[in-house]
Amino acid sequence: MTFLPRKRRRQILNVVMLGMTAAFTLLTVSVLFFVLGYLVVKGGTSLNLAFFTELPRPAGETGGGMANALLGSAKMLAVAAITGLPVGLLAGLYLSEFAGRTMAASVRYAADLLNGMPSIVIGIFVYTLVVLPMKQFSTLAGGLALGVMMIPIMTRSTEEFLRAVPLSLREASLALGASRTLTIIRVVLPAASRGIVTAAMLGLARVAGETAPLLFTALSNAFWSPGILHPTASLPVMIYNYAVSPYDDWHRQAWAAGLVLLTLVLVANLGARRLLGGHRQA
Amino acid sequence: MTRALSMAVARLRRGDLIAHAVAFACGAGVLAIAGLLAWELWRNSVLARRQFGLGFLVSQTWDPVAGQFGAAAFVYGTIMTSAIALVIAVPLGIGVAIFLAELAPRRLSATAGMLLELLAAIPSVIYGLIGVAVLVPAMRQWIQPALKAAMPGFPLFGGPAYGIGLLTAGVILAIMVVPFIVSVGREVLLSVPREQREAALALGSTRWESTWKVVLPYARPGLYGAVFLALGRALGETMAVTMVIGNRPEIAASLFAPAYSMAAVIANEFSEATEEIHLHSLIEVGLVLFVLTMIINAVARALIAATTGPSPAR
Repeated sequence: MTFLPRKRRRQILNVVMLGMTAAFTLLTVSVLFFVLGYLVVKGGTSLNLAFFTELPRPAGETGGGMANALLGSAKMLAVAAITGLPVGLLAGLYLSEFAGRTMAASVRYAADLLNGMPSIVIGIFVYTLVVLPMKQFSTLAGGLALGVMMIPIMTRSTEEFLRAVPLSLREASLALGASRTLTIIRVVLPAASRGIVTAAMLGLARVAGETAPLLFTALSNAFWSPGILHPTASLPVMIYNYAVSPYDDWHRQAWAAGLVLLTLVLVANLGARRLLGGHRQA
Repeated sequence: MTRALSMAVARLRRGDLIAHAVAFACGAGVLAIAGLLAWELWRNSVLARRQFGLGFLVSQTWDPVAGQFGAAAFVYGTIMTSAIALVIAVPLGIGVAIFLAELAPRRLSATAGMLLELLAAIPSVIYGLIGVAVLVPAMRQWIQPALKAAMPGFPLFGGPAYGIGLLTAGVILAIMVVPFIVSVGREVLLSVPREQREAALALGSTRWESTWKVVLPYARPGLYGAVFLALGRALGETMAVTMVIGNRPEIAASLFAPAYSMAAVIANEFSEATEEIHLHSLIEVGLVLFVLTMIINAVARALIAATTGPSPAR
């Protein structure tokens, strides 16, 4: 190497290092395809109709499904959406349309703090706030934990999308005599609606796969969970419980559940990005 | 006529006030949740804080039966797994960010960026599932024996190869945080002014030299920010780590040894903690996690904002 002319050495280094960054990219992206492929193969062979329609069977018995976990997850996501979406949306609206400098900075700080918090800490929070006083693990507590996680996600992205709406649109509406509220409802929010819907979908997809905050808020349940005040099974927690169990048939079901969960999460992600595609104003 | 008009205007004003009040309530609600979170963690860990004091962070004894609690082994496990994750993920993630920001054509960069965002969207428990089924056996049969053979007698690679343990958890974490480093790193690199690159190229430097000697130094604070953000994620990551770390509350010299992390012990013991002191000790572990991630994320945001200008952090 040392005998090569300096220029040649520099060119070789250039090609080697740039090639390495390309190889790193290939390696990282291939992890996605590996995970997908592995789940499709392992989960695909384990998935059957019973998975969607039947209750889990006791350990040792083969067969059964996770119908109760699917419903449990859906119910908790509904609670999360009902609580987390409006609060997050309005907080984002407050940041972009109303807040003064100091208040905006503090709310933003709080939202970022919550956004970076490990989900298990959110689980502890909801445990002390909901589970302890009610003396009961429940769908409500699990859903609230997911809702608390959605709030900062919604707040920050709503603010971002509302800020992208040009000031001139607001001014035009105000100049025509509309009040601020009317301007927000009829002009600003519709202009940002695509972005906000995308953010809501991404937020729901993100919390749908959360396991840690559900472990001690919703717990789990081998049976149907009536209403929202009883412990409930959920897809992510079932995957965890079944994956660490010693039974082969449970492992098989964990793969099936993993495939279903991953499909839902990725489809929601792709759908949300598609919705936004090309219409991003920023 | 004018009277009716002024009444209508007044009604609209009142509507504005209501809208302002509702939005303010939700903004204040976000503040209140963050404050309440800190307060609940503080209040519900009082027994442990009173009984063990600062010794909680130094003692290795975690014995629910005897009522003795010290979190040193968990703190060690969390820090070591995060450190391993960063050692792997930082060069990898910054390499990918360089490729996407400096080298790849726009279409390719956008596609790869989207695929990496999907990678970031995969739930933690699925990484755990893959980890248990693929990575643990691979570690036990190939990687750990190979590392041992390559460096015989090296204490970090000592002891039997179980497959589970610190190293395995660190590798899983590395895979999970790479997308965060890439997405922030790419944004930071793209915010470096074009003229910087053009000046370097005009002086006769190669593409790599302009990247390494001009673009990276310019973007350095933001890249540190990306690393800190990844660290914040790694510290609190729960499920995947819980499934592969081995869950043994001991500090061992070897990276192959089973260990435990702060998030993992909360996940495993919380719903079964019947003694109040046990519960308070677990919540104090949560409090430590809260403080750590709060500091690290604040540093990360400051560093990123210093490079790209104030923009909403992820």
